Amino acid sequence: MSAAGIAAQFAELALAVLLAPLLTGWVNQCRAWLQNKSAPGILQPYRVLAKLFQKEVILAHNASPLFRSAPYLIFGSLALSAAIVPTLGTDLPLNEAADAIALVGLLALARLFIALAAMDVGTAFGTLGARREMMVGFLAEPALLMVFFTASLISHSTSLSTIVAAIAHRELVIYPSMAFAGVAFVMVSLAENARIPIDNPATHLELTMIHEAMVLEYSGRHLALIEWAASLKLFVHMCIGLALFFPFGIAGGGDWLGLVLALPALAAKLAVGGAALALIEMLSAKMRIFRAPEFLGTAFLLAVLAMLVHVMLEG
Amino acid sequence: MPSLDATLLLIAAWLAIGLAGMLAPRSLRLASRVLFPGGAVAGLALAAVALQAIFGSPASRVLPLGLPDLPFHARIDALSAFFLLLLGAVAAGISTFACGYLRAGEGQPPGLQCLCYHAFLASMAAVLVADDAYFFMVAWETMALSSFFLVTSDHRHAEIRRAGYLYLLIAHLGAISILLCFGALQAGTGDYTFDAMRRIEQPAGWATVAFLLALAGFGAKAGVVPLHVWLPEAHPAAPSPVSALMSAVMLKTAVYGMLRVTLDLIGLPLWWWGVIALAAGLVSALFGIVFAAVQTDMKRLLAYSSIENIGLIMSGFGLTLLFRGFSMGTLAALALTATLYHCLNHAFFKSLLFLSAGSVLHATRERSLDRLGGLIQRMPWVAWCALVGTVAIAGLPPLNGFVSEWLLLQAFLFTPGLPHAYMNMLVPIAAAAIALAAALSGYVMVKFYGVIFLGQPREARLSETHDAGPWERTGLLWLAAGCVALGLAPVTVISLLDPITRSATGYGIGSHAGSWLFLAPIEPQRASYSPLLFFVVATLLVVVTWLSVRVFYHGRVRRSGPWDCGFPHLDARMQDTAEGFGQPVRHIFEPFFRVTLETPSPLDSRPRYRDLVEDRLWYWLYLPVARAVERVTVLVTVLQRGRISVYLMYSFATLLLLLLFVR
Repeated sequence: MSAAGIAAQFAELALAVLLAPLLTGWVNQCRAWLQNKSAPGILQPYRVLAKLFQKEVILAHNASPLFRSAPYLIFGSLALSAAIVPTLGTDLPLNEAADAIALVGLLALARLFIALAAMDVGTAFGTLGARREMMVGFLAEPALLMVFFTASLISHSTSLSTIVAAIAHRELVIYPSMAFAGVAFVMVSLAENARIPIDNPATHLELTMIHEAMVLEYSGRHLALIEWAASLKLFVHMCIGLALFFPFGIAGGGDWLGLVLALPALAAKLAVGGAALALIEMLSAKMRIFRAPEFLGTAFLLAVLAMLVHVMLEG
Repeated sequence: MPSLDATLLLIAAWLAIGLAGMLAPRSLRLASRVLFPGGAVAGLALAAVALQAIFGSPASRVLPLGLPDLPFHARIDALSAFFLLLLGAVAAGISTFACGYLRAGEGQPPGLQCLCYHAFLASMAAVLVADDAYFFMVAWETMALSSFFLVTSDHRHAEIRRAGYLYLLIAHLGAISILLCFGALQAGTGDYTFDAMRRIEQPAGWATVAFLLALAGFGAKAGVVPLHVWLPEAHPAAPSPVSALMSAVMLKTAVYGMLRVTLDLIGLPLWWWGVIALAAGLVSALFGIVFAAVQTDMKRLLAYSSIENIGLIMSGFGLTLLFRGFSMGTLAALALTATLYHCLNHAFFKSLLFLSAGSVLHATRERSLDRLGGLIQRMPWVAWCALVGTVAIAGLPPLNGFVSEWLLLQAFLFTPGLPHAYMNMLVPIAAAAIALAAALSGYVMVKFYGVIFLGQPREARLSETHDAGPWERTGLLWLAAGCVALGLAPVTVISLLDPITRSATGYGIGSHAGSWLFLAPIEPQRASYSPLLFFVVATLLVVVTWLSVRVFYHGRVRRSGPWDCGFPHLDARMQDTAEGFGQPVRHIFEPFFRVTLETPSPLDSRPRYRDLVEDRLWYWLYLPVARAVERVTVLVTVLQRGRISVYLMYSFATLLLLLLFVR
């Protein structure tokens, strides 16, 4: 644990929390461009958050303390997950406290709380959203874990720093397993972040929504925190993808110059990643909810296949 | 006092407490204010004694009990001390809860329940210290019988009698198998002490026979698929403290038996035994959790989830055997640590959840999830304790369920190093199955918690329920605290497991499991996890978020009706039912279930919708066997003449035959 490591840790956390809405704004911007619409401006998510924070909270009569504390818990766990993923440097103090499996657990913890909060008021949409979210979750979570397992079999470690360091500083070898894992990861991330083809972040059509159905009862600062947490989740997933599959430019231990240089590299990679996400969303159509298990089942099988490919071809 | 003597004394104390209940069998005050608290104190004392015994050297003694020439032998070593610790610590919580749970007019008189309950506790402890096959079987059967009487304590209902019968039947099939296993282990020497069995060098064939018999016998008690059918029947039938005890501790005595026989008594490690145990474990884990997702009775749901957890424990056990068979000592120690850790975790969170379900059952008289809801408002104590259990059983950090799953997954990640190419390929699939089961348990627990405690009350009378009393709260809090402590201090717990892994595999991971803060089972670069740091940082982030929202903005709140997209006529029937919540799982895992669906036609004046989800194994395995047995019985009835002289002749013929063989 070095001074550079601690600096990188704080910089990462602050960067993730502050820039996550910007990434969401950028994705929306790109999507609007691709759809030939006039874009709302890249800073729109910040304006929405500011507006929501100002508003008062309207709570249902039967909302329990769990409902009121869930937004803070969800935001806290996603902020922690953002701190674990190496984005700027691999020398992170928190990486010893939580590895890739704990990261998956942390994302699952946030999901558990948002689903429980959705069931709390007892509306038809809330429970429907909770059920669908948990359905997506139980298929996506093992797939994500398998993606991490493939990476940790390559690097002989489940610690994210070691994985990233091993993949970034190796000689250029092509791992076929990582290709399978990459496809699986993209599919899982689309589902986990409520994007097309599983869910549509722009819809409020009741029959199709997942994420939006769960947060219908939230308002004011609670809703702001949940929306912020959702953009953090997108940011975290994007960073996991970049760290596992394109770990170039991430600084090693105690490398101050590397840390400074990692920032523009990260910004560039995120910009490309966001644009790619908008493109994927543009090119695909929303699936019926009954077909979501097939989509996620495919992702799961691809991830398992990635592990098998690694064991058979690269082991 | 040596720990073995103290343990035996505490077993005797439990028996005495049970017998004292018979002084005034109808007195609720005696049972719930004197005897059960006494039992809880004895449990705590047992845990304290066992904690010391883990680090002590093995001690054994011959008891002045049993048959002439066949005395009982007792022995305590690290393995039995660990399971005694589990038994004592969990029993303390459950007994405290039971003080407040006993009611007049429910099932058997309190004194009788007290006798069965404490005999059950004492026999489980006796199983753990038994050092010869005879004592072991006596204790094992006492355990089965006392729990049978507890299960059928409310025997006026036909379904409870049926559940009890099924339980007794499978318990005895298991017992026969275990008896035969000991028969194979003594290898014709006629010496049934465990000490003699340890000394015998078994040929591979007989060792395998003994292993398979042990797997079947102890598997029947643990609820390993396909011998699981009694579990979802017996657990809901029993009173809640008893279901908690059965699920949390009795299933673990079966795990203990399995570990004792394979790791201690049979000296021979064959790697492919591990594959069998691993396969049985994975099937049980997936099967259990998929079935749990479609249940509508809360205790059945928990019972199926026990099958899942036993499956995880069995997979860890299988992995231990696999690594041990290839003499990879450190990894075997890692897998064994994960197995034992999960035993301890499951004991705590499952008893917590069963007891919460019991409180809900008492307050609402309702076991069906479809008639509950919104209880967090009326029963906040139970609801918050159950939330701890929910997060723990879903395997989420920073609670205890996560630690053992983490260790188990770490063990799986090492399997590509096995010197067997085919196994290397199969094991990733096993890891995927474990991950899937763990993720599904999150789904099941959201269903369990959300439908019972959140939302609107589905029945009007639920708004008059009351929270659990002080005794019940104390019991729940004790178990919840256990879940938190086991989650936050894994390094301490692992150092407790070290003596066991050392004696079983020759290696321990406790010494290099990292500093007090970081858990790093193999080496820190490979994997490390620090629940305490994790918890502190997460809490800090949540608090900072809360404070900054308060400081920069405001804390204004207005109460109003729910929004629900502007729909004004919201009522409790519009929420998802338990069945609706399980629908996606039923849809995705359809081949697992046998579904009977009755839907109304459009012209029905009183439409009824009914669907029945059943276990296919019941039709594929159990009913054909039952029919075959029935056919055989018809043939055997030829012997049944109803005349005493004929029966005396049978006895005479049997004696003659025996004389022929024995001499």
